[in-house]
Amino acid sequence: MSSPWSRTVSRRMLCLLTAGGLALTLAACGDGDNAAQTGGKVKITVTGQPPTSQPFERGVFDADVKEFEASHPNIDIDPHEGFMDPKTFSAKLAGGQLEDVYYVYFTDPAQIIARHQAADITEAAKSVPHINDIKPELLDNFRDASGKLYGLPTMNYTMGLLYSKPLFQKAGLDPNKPPQTWDEVRDAAKKISALGNGVVGYADYSKNNQGGWHLTGWLYSMGGDIARKDGDKWVADFDNDKGKKALQYLHDMRWTDNSMGAKQLLEATDVQRMMGSGQLGMYMAAPDNVPVLVKQFNGKYEDYGIAGMPGGEGTLLGGEGYMVNPKASPEKIKAGLEWIQWKYLNPDRFEKHIQQYVDGKQPVGLPAEPTPDVWTGAVREQQLALKAKYANVPAQNFQSYVDTTSKIKGSIEPPNAQQIYAALDSVMQAVLTDQNANIDQQLSSAASKVNSVLAQVK
Amino acid sequence: MSSPRSSSLLAWPATSSSRAGRPAVSQEDRRRTRLKRKIKENLTAYGLLCAALVVFALFSWYPIVRGVLLSFQQVDFVNAPTWVGFDNFAKLFEDPLFGVAWRNTLLFTGLALVFGFAVPFLTAVLLNEIRHAKAFFRLAVYLPVMLPPVVTALMWKWFYDPGPGLFNSALGAVGLPGGQWLDSSGTAMLSLVFVSTWANMGSTTLIYLAALGTIPGELYEAAELDGAGLWKRLRHVTFPQTRFVLLVLLLLQIVATMQVFTEPYVMTGGGPDDSTVTVLLLLYRYAFVYNDFGAASAMSLLLFVALGVFSAWYVRLTRKADQS
Repeated sequence: MSSPWSRTVSRRMLCLLTAGGLALTLAACGDGDNAAQTGGKVKITVTGQPPTSQPFERGVFDADVKEFEASHPNIDIDPHEGFMDPKTFSAKLAGGQLEDVYYVYFTDPAQIIARHQAADITEAAKSVPHINDIKPELLDNFRDASGKLYGLPTMNYTMGLLYSKPLFQKAGLDPNKPPQTWDEVRDAAKKISALGNGVVGYADYSKNNQGGWHLTGWLYSMGGDIARKDGDKWVADFDNDKGKKALQYLHDMRWTDNSMGAKQLLEATDVQRMMGSGQLGMYMAAPDNVPVLVKQFNGKYEDYGIAGMPGGEGTLLGGEGYMVNPKASPEKIKAGLEWIQWKYLNPDRFEKHIQQYVDGKQPVGLPAEPTPDVWTGAVREQQLALKAKYANVPAQNFQSYVDTTSKIKGSIEPPNAQQIYAALDSVMQAVLTDQNANIDQQLSSAASKVNSVLAQVK
Repeated sequence: MSSPRSSSLLAWPATSSSRAGRPAVSQEDRRRTRLKRKIKENLTAYGLLCAALVVFALFSWYPIVRGVLLSFQQVDFVNAPTWVGFDNFAKLFEDPLFGVAWRNTLLFTGLALVFGFAVPFLTAVLLNEIRHAKAFFRLAVYLPVMLPPVVTALMWKWFYDPGPGLFNSALGAVGLPGGQWLDSSGTAMLSLVFVSTWANMGSTTLIYLAALGTIPGELYEAAELDGAGLWKRLRHVTFPQTRFVLLVLLLLQIVATMQVFTEPYVMTGGGPDDSTVTVLLLLYRYAFVYNDFGAASAMSLLLFVALGVFSAWYVRLTRKADQS
């Protein structure tokens, strides 16, 4: 039988072990970079692996990793699920957990570069094949003021007008002749909402920075701008006739025509749900929305069309790319660039990649995946020819978009885009939720907010 | 065999200051021995407490200290942080939304007090009065607390939907015009307060009920014999008897409602027209949208100081009132 003393000792031991275990666990948490280079192999962690809930995309990604590793025996890819999550980005970086190659939206590089959170790849990128065939304005999105390069674009979209062909038909509109001007959009929206039963003619975002993002699209479409360079400084450039015109359209569609529905404070998922359930006629979107609508709502590709951006004076360019961890070694940077180029920017694999989509019964022929629209010149021609050859969705539904995109000016997002979008959200909300909103006052108040954001741009 | 205590008593010499023949040193010694024994007896407890303290230090106090430091620094998590003095605070004061966020937060807190403080109290009084199906009604009142806050917010978002939402459909069914609820800057904040009150009143009501349960029944009987009606019983028996709980809950509720985040984040995103941007929502934007952790920490420090000062002032005030 054990004595009380030995029981105390064993209890004490237990406590010590608990505390020791805890300390060890915490110490293990702080363990950052591990054996990255063993036996001459470079191991890199990369983001962009699709979640298991998207089995096709995941399968393609995993197969690509295997194929890459087979053809690059000196590189080990450690794929991580997920894309850009601003909520965890800085914490991962601080804790040494940020992947070596990480995904970013076009809205983020400027801030990431300003905060020194990406590696300078100017020299290393010089050896990337076909880098000169990438649209220069997209590469510029990853450069700092002195021209140094910090990332590579891997996807690009421009805004257009996504519309429901069945609702166009029901409203007596020609589904093969989508609206080309905002006046035509307004007319079509009126006719569609006249169908009743809660059908909305046109919807737009106004929440979680997406309102500001779309207002930027509106302004670009009217030849306007959000910010312009004034000497060394950036200043707001929307408190003018063009800004007023854009907001007046939205206000009149919402309140005079009642063609935007009563429910506002919408974001992308709300609007996609409305479109997917057949309750919405039109919204401003990029072509990548079409597969989302078809897959999530069991829709048909035939039912959706995309027109070029109404207004015809310009459109908003967006997209995504990859940047490299600033703490990565030169070997890792080199391996990371090889992966990005091989996987995303590889004209030699266009056909194979398209074939993967064809075999998986995925859409080919949309102005979106499977090959990124980041190319110019001969590479772009090669890509378009291959997509046309394998097309399995009605390409004519997107012809207006393709024709317009090549004609109008595409502008990238303003610097410190997310902060500016947050400020512009309230302007969108004002005109869409308050019939008596004072547009002039809204614009001037937003301009002062945006100017204070732009004053921080380095 | 003699006990350690008796042997030590014999070992220590007597001193001039000893009383009743017992030397003072041996008293001191006894105290020490007692202390040692007590420490030995509680060694396990101290061990466990140490582990808890380590966890608290690492996960609660260290982040607080780090947060205070961050508010005076510019950080990019790559290079060493640079000290920027009060720049982060200056940046906040220049942000036009800063004042708006504080105003909105105070409005939310004020409205939440009107509803969130009074409604649970009245519910508790009513629940205390009923004789039958007590358990059922208590459960019914507590049920909303069991729903995750985000689920509650999404559910109410549908209630408030100005199109086919529950409220407007119900109003439409009886021929009344629907409201804009969350879609109007005039009603959005009030709509959020309703959600918050509905979601949290269960816990508060139960605490009030517990407090009401401690009031001796004779006091009510005596009051009734004196001819006191419901209001007089409330005023002269219930309020004074539950005063302490009421005051503590009032403080807790103010501290909690000043930190409102889930409802505006999920339901309005701060809109319409910034009418529901709260301090915590703006803090969140600084941290996770703008990635400016310095300014976000400065904002949290300001909130911390404001709530700390308020709590200290409140406790002092109630103590003074108690003494008088």
